[in-house]
Amino acid sequence: MTLSTAVHDTFVIERTYAAPVALVFESWADPTRKARWFVGSPEALGAGYDLDFRVGGREAFRGGPPGGTVHTYESRFHDIVPEQRIVYTYEMYADEARISVSVATVEFHGEGAVTRLVLTEQGVFLDDHDTAAQREEGTRSFLESLAASLRGDDS
Amino acid sequence: MLDQSIDLDRTFQALADKSRRTMVERLTLGPASVSELAAPLDMSLAAVLQHVQVLESCGLVKTEKVGRTRTCRMERAAMSAAEQWITDRRRGWEARLDRLGDVLNEVATTGERP
Repeated sequence: MTLSTAVHDTFVIERTYAAPVALVFESWADPTRKARWFVGSPEALGAGYDLDFRVGGREAFRGGPPGGTVHTYESRFHDIVPEQRIVYTYEMYADEARISVSVATVEFHGEGAVTRLVLTEQGVFLDDHDTAAQREEGTRSFLESLAASLRGDDS
Repeated sequence: MLDQSIDLDRTFQALADKSRRTMVERLTLGPASVSELAAPLDMSLAAVLQHVQVLESCGLVKTEKVGRTRTCRMERAAMSAAEQWITDRRRGWEARLDRLGDVLNEVATTGERP
């Protein structure tokens, strides 16, 4: 049984890459290149992963272990300023259940040979779809995640 | 099962205090009395009890008084909701952005055009 709950959260992740902003932005815009890091496999393009990078365009990924829960990511691009900003919303599903709805903003700050990327996500986590197995993962990893987030440690 | 009253903001506020994190770390090892929680901390029992009440009010900790001893234990549901949120969202994106760094390094190494 699932209770109807809504948990809100906002987080910010920063990364500095040793690459010019044109290359970093292209890695978000080009479907083959994005599949390499977003899914972890360029072969996923057209086989579970699709990207239509334009305002109003959509991105989708479906995957999961054979016979297991199918996780679906569906997003839509709302604002694109080349080499500066991408704003998109996305939904996550576990099988047919909607797990979360988020708005994410990616800001690119070109600083010569390096690029600072700031990803801000604001979302709502819907209902309690976690399983007994997931609950057993323990509090230790939670505390480590928490300590890292309280330190603002993104590395 | 997740309690309706769980509120991530309050959970984080409760855990923003170092003394309360010390108590939570101790409780992840198993239940403890208020005096046991107080042992490593340089504060009065009354102050420790106040911290315990903060942890209890946000649903992280449950307490039960038997005789003159109040026993505290972790309430798994609150940790689970917060853990899942952080694990799923933040850690997922951190891993992806690290992979982006790897891809950028590969591109730089092979001289591939953007």
